[in-house]
Amino acid sequence: MEDNKVTTPEARPGRLKLIWSFLEGSKFFFISAMLCSALSSLADMITPQIIRVAVDNVIGKKPPDSLSPRVIGLVEKAGGFEYLSKNLWIMACAIMAVAAVKVFAQYGLRVMNTRGSETLVKTMRDRLYTHISHLPFQWHMENHTGDIIQRCTSDIETTRNFVSEQMTSLIRISIMLVMSIGFMLSMNVGLTVIAMLPIPAVIAYSFRFHHKIRDAFQECDESEGRLSAMAQENLTGVRVVRAFGRERYERDRFIDHNEEYTGLWCRMAEIMSRFWSISDILSGIQMLLVIVFGVIFCTKSTMTSGEYIAFISYNGMLIWPVRQLGRIISDMSKAGVAVDRIGYITDAETERDHENPVKPDMNGDICFDHVTFAYENGPEILHDICLTVKAGTTLGILGGTGSGKSTMMYLLDRLYPIPPENGRITISGVDIADIDLEYLRKNIGIVLQEPFLFSRTLRENLMITDDTLTMEEIHEAARTACLDETIDGFSKGYETFVGERGVTLSGGQKQRAAIARMLTQNAPIMIFDDSLSAVDTETDAKIRAALEKHFGTATIILISHRITTLNKADQVLVLEQGRVSQLGTPEELRNQPGLFRQIYDIQSYSEEEVTAS
Amino acid sequence: MNENDSKYNVSLPFFGIPKLIPYIKKYRNTLFLMIFLGLLGTGADILTPLLQRYALNHFIAENTLDTLPIYIILYLFMVLMVGFVNYVCCTKAMQTEVSVNRDLRNAAFSHLQTLSFSYYNQNSVGWIHARVMSDTSRIGGLVSWTLMDSVWHLSYLLGSVVVMLVINARLALMVMIILPLIAVLFSVFQGKLIRVNRRIRELNSKITGDFNEGITGAKTVKTLVVEDKMSRDFVADTAEMKRTGIKAARLRGLFSATMNLASSLALAIVLWKGGYIAASEVGTFSMFMSYAQGMMEPVRWIIDAISDVITTQVNIERLTRLLETKSDVTDTPEVIEKYGDSFNPKRENWEPIRGDIEFKDVSFMYPDGDEYVLEHFNLKIPFGSNIAIVGETGAGKSTLVNLVCRFFEPTDGQVLIDGRDARERSQLWLHSAIGYVLQTPHLFSGTIRENLLYGNPNATEEEIWRALDLVSARGVVERMEKGIDSDVGEGGDMLSTGEKQLISFARAILADPRILVLDEATANVDTLTEQTIQNAIDFVIKGRTSLVIAHRLSTVKNADLILVVNDGKIIEQGTHLELLKAKGYYYRLYTRQYEDEATSSILN
Repeated sequence: MEDNKVTTPEARPGRLKLIWSFLEGSKFFFISAMLCSALSSLADMITPQIIRVAVDNVIGKKPPDSLSPRVIGLVEKAGGFEYLSKNLWIMACAIMAVAAVKVFAQYGLRVMNTRGSETLVKTMRDRLYTHISHLPFQWHMENHTGDIIQRCTSDIETTRNFVSEQMTSLIRISIMLVMSIGFMLSMNVGLTVIAMLPIPAVIAYSFRFHHKIRDAFQECDESEGRLSAMAQENLTGVRVVRAFGRERYERDRFIDHNEEYTGLWCRMAEIMSRFWSISDILSGIQMLLVIVFGVIFCTKSTMTSGEYIAFISYNGMLIWPVRQLGRIISDMSKAGVAVDRIGYITDAETERDHENPVKPDMNGDICFDHVTFAYENGPEILHDICLTVKAGTTLGILGGTGSGKSTMMYLLDRLYPIPPENGRITISGVDIADIDLEYLRKNIGIVLQEPFLFSRTLRENLMITDDTLTMEEIHEAARTACLDETIDGFSKGYETFVGERGVTLSGGQKQRAAIARMLTQNAPIMIFDDSLSAVDTETDAKIRAALEKHFGTATIILISHRITTLNKADQVLVLEQGRVSQLGTPEELRNQPGLFRQIYDIQSYSEEEVTAS
Repeated sequence: MNENDSKYNVSLPFFGIPKLIPYIKKYRNTLFLMIFLGLLGTGADILTPLLQRYALNHFIAENTLDTLPIYIILYLFMVLMVGFVNYVCCTKAMQTEVSVNRDLRNAAFSHLQTLSFSYYNQNSVGWIHARVMSDTSRIGGLVSWTLMDSVWHLSYLLGSVVVMLVINARLALMVMIILPLIAVLFSVFQGKLIRVNRRIRELNSKITGDFNEGITGAKTVKTLVVEDKMSRDFVADTAEMKRTGIKAARLRGLFSATMNLASSLALAIVLWKGGYIAASEVGTFSMFMSYAQGMMEPVRWIIDAISDVITTQVNIERLTRLLETKSDVTDTPEVIEKYGDSFNPKRENWEPIRGDIEFKDVSFMYPDGDEYVLEHFNLKIPFGSNIAIVGETGAGKSTLVNLVCRFFEPTDGQVLIDGRDARERSQLWLHSAIGYVLQTPHLFSGTIRENLLYGNPNATEEEIWRALDLVSARGVVERMEKGIDSDVGEGGDMLSTGEKQLISFARAILADPRILVLDEATANVDTLTEQTIQNAIDFVIKGRTSLVIAHRLSTVKNADLILVVNDGKIIEQGTHLELLKAKGYYYRLYTRQYEDEATSSILN
């Protein structure tokens, strides 16, 4: 599939540019989050210093030689070391004050970061959704729904994680590392070097591990997918399973799959636990190094006990983030592919009008002028179609599957563009390619062969084209489509939810709902693409009569197999393999040999034939 | 579907945990080992600040390095021990988690194989699937990790409190004042967080649904020109998602802010009320600081664990409800004794089936219905006859099939197979004699061969090809890249509907059933395939008792008896000619179908 085009490792030129464009509106939040993060780290660094001063100089009464003049000045302002040692609550308050700053900064960090990431996700989702809905229909046909949805969900999620988790964590941890190294250096250079020595090893180990384990994770996911699919198949095929008496076989197969999946995770459990405990041990040893050398430095009086305590605190703060770092770096590599997959969608060209599109009178004649059409890389569907539908008249179309009748309608509604050399379709003499697309489609109402209702209430479905419709107008449309009685039969009436989470409508009900929905468009051109096939003949006639009454001036195109329906048309087109094989009034066609006559005969004389057969 | 909210009301005692005991028992020893090692690990964690204290009080305060080598060895030993303990605990916890999940899944799946069709009719596949796959996966974590976390953090909390009390009771008590306060605050936050998170999940699936709708409904969206309206609605959904996400972040932010403040408060108290200790024993002071700050984390974990138990309750409830659902169709102990159950059949005791079916005064009402769809229905179907069932979509044509297959049992009266009540023999006995071809053919993922062997695992290569030839499916198989060993994809996706149908006919022929149930397809297939399928049907029903839910005229015409169903009830019965003469419902139905079929055969 087209996946191959986009998931190739070489970067698209605009990876960063694309992310940057998504960051519109969220950059500020991320920058604020980083500032908060710096503030919070700083506060984190100060608490051990307060303890250190308290232990060494306030309580321990050591001369404040190693302290910076600014700290001494601060202490003097608070009443001096002696005063503080008698009023330790002041020091406690200092701790609380720093804590308040830190908590405030952390809260800001979290909220700002989330604001940023939520804004980012919203921007990405909104843009993709809007973009996708404006992509040409052809694009929709060429791409699998599942694939697009995955790009819109998990790839967005990966990109969000990249920006709002991995990038920010990377920056946060770096700030923290730099600051704590700075503070540690200010107290004791030697011990800092010793503390830092094992850190690259820890990062490298963690990176290597997470990089390696990714395949194992994928294996687990795939195995889970198989297990889940097997359960799904068993449940949907329960009749087959029972009727063939294969319960035992199914159970054994499930147990096998389940065992395989569990086995993979058990192995994974072992690998991950080993990683955790080894990095625990590595960190423990690093801590031991700091303690031992710290103790040695203290006994040699190159370090005070307050400094030692502060040093241990800083060291403790480092260990966890450093272990995370390897994982973050390893995870970041996933984002590139996700961004490319999103880029595949945003790069696709949306539907566009020519320059200066026109808005002609849509109550004019529709004219197919030597239209020939083939889908990309497909066989010819329509060949040299010439036909005029006078304004206000009804055209009936008869044709088998694959005769090209639906394609004709798609071309008229510009779902597919006609290449210029393949003829043209005009309305009121204007080439539809020159008509404003939105204007064109708004003025052509189509009821598709397979109607699609949105998972909303019936009322919302009927007023989807126009929020301002009154209830009266909706009732009217429902009545014309012979849907009103059906709706009255539902306990919630027009507020009945349809689709996946609501009632399931029958084929005929769906068709009538789609008709009612189209009618609210009030379009001068109406197309019924085999849309009455699932309702019975009487309802079909009733709907057509109501249409005639309410929309007498509209130009109507009816695709149908029912002679009774086609008989009411002003002219009938018979399509065979993309060619016009017959065209004329129903009377004319009845009197000439051809498909129309054959079917006419079957449908009018079937009674005798049935009894004879 | 019967997926209403009442299923979410949780009412099991002790959070439903007693229901899990049978599944945990097996892992008793592992769990005890985990608890023991967990306690050992916590012991080491509690010891760390004491070692710290020793370093400060002994080495630094007394300015000596005399015991340093021993100290290093002891510390190193501790580090290694903690590493080892964590290794074993984590491995065991994860393995127990996945093992318990596995056992629960197996139990649920096996049980589902025995449940009657009323269960499947009342619950959607998606819903049942979620019970088997996702509910189970949450429960194992509860058993192992929640337990492990509770052990670790409770013991750490208790241990550090005890050490503090022993060393300085007054200071310890002052620090501990914060604990209950924090616990209450955390619980409040936790409750709110659970609600917000649920809302986030809902919104997320709504947004995915929006994408799905916008993409699958693209044609409709375009023809109605509602792109902008749909985008607007979508933007409203993402806006709510954003708001809720930020709200959740605020809550979480407040949550951790409280926690950090609390731990700073503990530190401040130690400094304020315990600072004097530092003058004589810096180590003890530092130790107190460590404990005071380290106390908050366990409290948070314990509250997490409690909320896990509460949220998992729903999963336990739903799963146990599935496991405790009784099948509407069960074999009596005597029958099982003689014929075996669905998993362990005693084929040696099975009588051969002839294929006579008789409905004797059968009345039937669906378990979830409130109206009899059959009343005192009598019908003899001698072996070899072909019965056609016709009617509109949704008219209830499958009721008779369900009764013959014993997917449901009559509310009153009897269904006799070979003259004896179907209930006198086991379900599997009957099912092994039934072939079933569905309207939408259901193939299982795997190779064509695996699918063909589904009904008869012992079929020989020769028999397989003969069956394929009989339904003209040899071509289908030979076109595939790996022939009969080609993968058919999930649900048979690699094959067209017509091809799937042919394969499922071949599957039925291989099973060589005495009774054949066939639900004809209405789907449009091309004329050639249509003819091939018709030939296959004609062949398949020969020499068997067959019940055909019929859409094809030729099938109906040749049937020995036609049953006409409307609104769930049989309203007419007779042969084709008899029914036509009666000029009733069947006549109208047939005329219309005749027209449709003739029209489409001319058109295509």
